[in-house]
Amino acid sequence: MAVLRRDLLLTLRRPAELMTTLFFFVIVVSLFPLGIGPQPELLREIAPGVLWVAALLASLLALPRLFAADHADGTLEQLALAPQPLSLSVFAKLVAHWLTTGLPLTLLAPLIALQFDLPASATGVLVVSLALGTPIFGAIGAVGAALTLGLRGGGVLTAVLVLPLYIPALIFGAGAVEATLGGLEASGHLSLLAALTVFTLAFAPWAAAAAVRISLD
Amino acid sequence: MAIHWFKYASPASFYGLAGRLAPWFAAAAAVATLVGLYIGLVLAPTDFQQGDSYRIIYIHVPAAWIGMFTYLVMAGWAAAGVVFNTRLSGMMVQALAPTGAMFTFVALWTGAFWGRPTWGAYWVWDARLTSTLILFFLYIGYIALRASIDDPRRADRAGAVLTLVGVVNIPIIYFSVKWWNTLHQGASVKPGSSSMATVMLAGMLVMAFAAWMYTIAVSLVRVRAIIVEREQHSAWVGELLDARAPDDAPGTSGGVAGSKGEKAR
Repeated sequence: MAVLRRDLLLTLRRPAELMTTLFFFVIVVSLFPLGIGPQPELLREIAPGVLWVAALLASLLALPRLFAADHADGTLEQLALAPQPLSLSVFAKLVAHWLTTGLPLTLLAPLIALQFDLPASATGVLVVSLALGTPIFGAIGAVGAALTLGLRGGGVLTAVLVLPLYIPALIFGAGAVEATLGGLEASGHLSLLAALTVFTLAFAPWAAAAAVRISLD
Repeated sequence: MAIHWFKYASPASFYGLAGRLAPWFAAAAAVATLVGLYIGLVLAPTDFQQGDSYRIIYIHVPAAWIGMFTYLVMAGWAAAGVVFNTRLSGMMVQALAPTGAMFTFVALWTGAFWGRPTWGAYWVWDARLTSTLILFFLYIGYIALRASIDDPRRADRAGAVLTLVGVVNIPIIYFSVKWWNTLHQGASVKPGSSSMATVMLAGMLVMAFAAWMYTIAVSLVRVRAIIVEREQHSAWVGELLDARAPDDAPGTSGGVAGSKGEKAR
């Protein structure tokens, strides 16, 4: 709890970092109509994939914030020495990270969906799917971020490590929105995505804690 | 019994064992390759649907099998390394990764060559192709992570965590990709679903055996190089290199470790 409060405070005191991630999301999404052309039908068709990939990349860019600063000033070592299990601290950090990255991205998504002329039903599913999917990005990303702490070329390396593991979340998340667009039921995709979220949140903090310990010694 | 099991977990004793075993596996690989190619290219008849282009399966299918299998073996060694904290386990994972990545790439590459005449496209987003591609990415991730960590012990453990996280994800990725494809549209072409002739199957199995033996032989040679490179400060490697030095031209004892070290990358 203390970790959660501290991480939230730290991020909120430096709102610029948070805003950068959000604007990255907005800018990346805006590039697609410019690159592909402004036909509304085409945009509506690609919107689920584009929004999801952009949210994925934005989450990826936010990953260094999870551990890097704490690694640099020694906080991470103190957390590892603390009597509380490290995986619990990692989980608290993940929650704080999601509240300042995943949640804003999710809330911003409907606004961008308007630019892509998504119908209201699909936008609703988009918000739900992103709310379920962004914790996965944070949790799997935490393993990658912890493994690459203090390494050369950390950022790109993290991307190479975790992007293949993001694929299932992307498939189910974008699939849910696409199914709604096509007039199908999205609940199947959303259930699978939710199962994936629960599974990842149960095991990833554990793996991330192991990775943090490896990086510390 | 326990002593026997762990005797070869020491790099020093495994170095000798690997050296003795590697030629046998290499010979088995060579013989099986010759037999398999003979069956595949000479004995097996031309397929009535695909013509001779189907013969690429003698490379393609074994490569794909071994590519997948090697990742599982890597994960097994990684788990052993986490549980027993043995140095050899990390070395084995490191030794297996390049071969696994190579076979996965070969499977993709030959698959593209087969797909062009048969499906009319080098690449389709079929579930199987996509999951093999992702498997290749996982290998690349492991090798990249390993390459950027200077401390080999840390690289071992970080690689083990990554490999284990990857192996947990493989079934999830596989099924998600499968559902992703089938939800969109049925695969327009399925790989030769007709039952296979016995000769063809035999050729394929022999080639798979050859690929397997090759993987073992190459990993053993590679793990020997890794052992020498990593343990070069220990007494027994010093003796080994000194004993070998008189055979070579003077001053090459350092060169032996160096050239082997290069091979290990």
